[in-house]
Amino acid sequence: MSILSAILILLALALVFGTILGFAAIRFKVEEDPIVDQIDNLMPQTQCGQCGYPGCRPYSEAIANGDAINKCPPGGEATIHALADLLGREFIPLDSESGEETPKTVAYIREDECIGCTKCIQACPVDAILGAAKQMHTVIIDECTGCDLCVEPCPVDCIDMLPVEVTAKDWYWEAPELPRVGIIATDRNPAGKPSASEGRAA
Amino acid sequence: MNRKLWDFHGGIHPPENKAQSTREPIVRPPLPSRLVLPLQQHIGQSSQCLVKAGQKVLKGQLIAAPDGYVSLAMHAPTSGTVIDITSAPVPHPSGLTDRCIIIEPDGLDKWVPHSGISDYTRAEPERLLQIIRESGIAGLGGAGFPTSVKLNPSEEVTIRTLIINAVECEPYITADDMLMREHASEVIQGIMIIAHILKPESIQIGIEDNKSEAIESLKNAIATHDREQSIELVVIPTKYPSGGEKQLIQVLTGCEVPNGGIPADIGIVCQNVGTAAAVYRAIIKGEPLIYRVTTFTGEALGQPRNLEVLIGTPVNELLEFCDLNDSELNRLIMGGPMMGFSLLSDSVPVIKTTNCILASTEAEIPLPPPEQACIRCGMCETVCPASLLPQQLYWHAKSKDYDKAINHNLLDCIECGACTYVCPSNIPLVQYYRHAKGEIRMLEHEHTRSDHSRQRFEMRIKRLEQEAAAREEKKKARQQAAAKASAARNKASNNQGAKAAVIQAALERTRAKKTRLATDSKSSVNRAEPEPETKTVTGSDNRENT
Repeated sequence: MSILSAILILLALALVFGTILGFAAIRFKVEEDPIVDQIDNLMPQTQCGQCGYPGCRPYSEAIANGDAINKCPPGGEATIHALADLLGREFIPLDSESGEETPKTVAYIREDECIGCTKCIQACPVDAILGAAKQMHTVIIDECTGCDLCVEPCPVDCIDMLPVEVTAKDWYWEAPELPRVGIIATDRNPAGKPSASEGRAA
Repeated sequence: MNRKLWDFHGGIHPPENKAQSTREPIVRPPLPSRLVLPLQQHIGQSSQCLVKAGQKVLKGQLIAAPDGYVSLAMHAPTSGTVIDITSAPVPHPSGLTDRCIIIEPDGLDKWVPHSGISDYTRAEPERLLQIIRESGIAGLGGAGFPTSVKLNPSEEVTIRTLIINAVECEPYITADDMLMREHASEVIQGIMIIAHILKPESIQIGIEDNKSEAIESLKNAIATHDREQSIELVVIPTKYPSGGEKQLIQVLTGCEVPNGGIPADIGIVCQNVGTAAAVYRAIIKGEPLIYRVTTFTGEALGQPRNLEVLIGTPVNELLEFCDLNDSELNRLIMGGPMMGFSLLSDSVPVIKTTNCILASTEAEIPLPPPEQACIRCGMCETVCPASLLPQQLYWHAKSKDYDKAINHNLLDCIECGACTYVCPSNIPLVQYYRHAKGEIRMLEHEHTRSDHSRQRFEMRIKRLEQEAAAREEKKKARQQAAAKASAARNKASNNQGAKAAVIQAALERTRAKKTRLATDSKSSVNRAEPEPETKTVTGSDNRENT
């Protein structure tokens, strides 16, 4: 009898928990892997495709499925660090096959040479180019992500990628130079300063 | 005075070096050959230029208007001609250039018509705030935050205490000290105007005990102007950086400004004495902020002293006025030796926040010796006035581990330089923190930018999809229209076929009749056979047409 009641109780428990789990599976269903969103959140969103995927989200999905985290040149080291932190992976330097980390740039159309073909407008992933067929085009600098995608389609090569100028407003202090290794007490003269005897000789 | 004072953690006692520049009274230098007025000389949005090159301006005339709430008005410091609006070196640690209005004085120093309010006590606080805003007054203590914004706290907070910062704790700087010695009545009246706007329960002036002359003259001025004796003059012990806003609040009230908050959150507003004097001049005399007292000191100057400088005067002309010994000059520092920055060019102008120019010799302020490894002595922690852990911040800032640095409250660092001052390994700690703060700001900015880009990208995808769907829709509609048309044509051709069949059948019948007449029934069956074949051919033709 006791065995029977134990089995019955276990069955009842299994039923109850099964129902709860089944309900949760339907009610709290997650359509997509939430990790992809988190990864996508760290991406620079230039949609440049230098990683070999057609945009930041596809690459995020690829990373979630195990691809390397060092294929994003616009994000650079900061993004790799952030991804390594998020995914608990080791930091690896940027993959040189994808490209190198370059200073930020914005596209600039030499407007005299523009023929108004709209090819760059179609290529721009963030709609940062303004213009119409047979009308001159121009780049909205504040919206440009510097992805380079408009340079290739231009039939007259009138698009330049210019480095973003630093203004007094967004300038910030540089990191101090790293100390020289193996310094000893007699080296403690300030760098670049002639010693006292040299100064006197001159 | 038997008043309870509190203390803040840490602090240092660097050599004061204040005596050099207090030997002479404040001097007004001759008019400069030109004035350079950067459109951005304060926190917030840069001002909007209102003048054109070639335009004549009068002293005190508005030349740039505030562009937004946290922005400042700017006025011509003297009469003359605007010769250019161009990029010029500005007093900024980066040494970068920025847009400036350049004025050539005409030597007449002719005022624009102006008048003040003789009895401010009958004026509405809103009206006074409006005048302060129109007069372009910024906090003259250092950060240059627009004063009208600071004096207009949000409705939710009640200001109980007005603290006037007369501490001036940084070595070498004596501008506030000299201002209080010579213009104490202006300062006190300015404080009373500010008090009229804010209506605090108590007004406290915090001043360090090394400024005995200024304390005397303030006492006299309070006795003359403040009949109700509402202003309390609090003498505090000399310690760097007790002039920091948060530190002074802690010394005077024992309260701490919350992490990430402002003094108004705990019912306190802090103003500098120079700002109070500027408020007095704006309200009572109707003069906008066009000059300030600036200390010119350092061993490379023959005559270190305080000058009443027109905003925009190039530093090199003022150095010359103070007998600069060019061969001795090693480093030119704007601000004090603790928190100031080296100027890369001596043609930059004095701006509203310039309280000191320090022309130092090499012996006076030598270049720092090379950085060595941290020995974890913990001296930085004992002097930090913000009770932070400078050593931990240093490790995290150096390894770019900014999340951890933020968790250790890097953003509460006031960059006072006390930790760097005591570090036995000569580590430029503050530079590490400044760099880390800049990186954190930049990363945040980039994150908002990338969010924005993502939004635009998604909108674009959506738009393209919509366009494609619309095209598909159109194509379908066209197809349907074509199908209808062809169906109609089909019907028509079917009708024709039927007619043809009828005709054919009629022909058949007549032929059959004829053949029957010819009495050969078999041949009529053979002739009827090709008929269905022609029908199928026309059917397939129709299909091709669609």
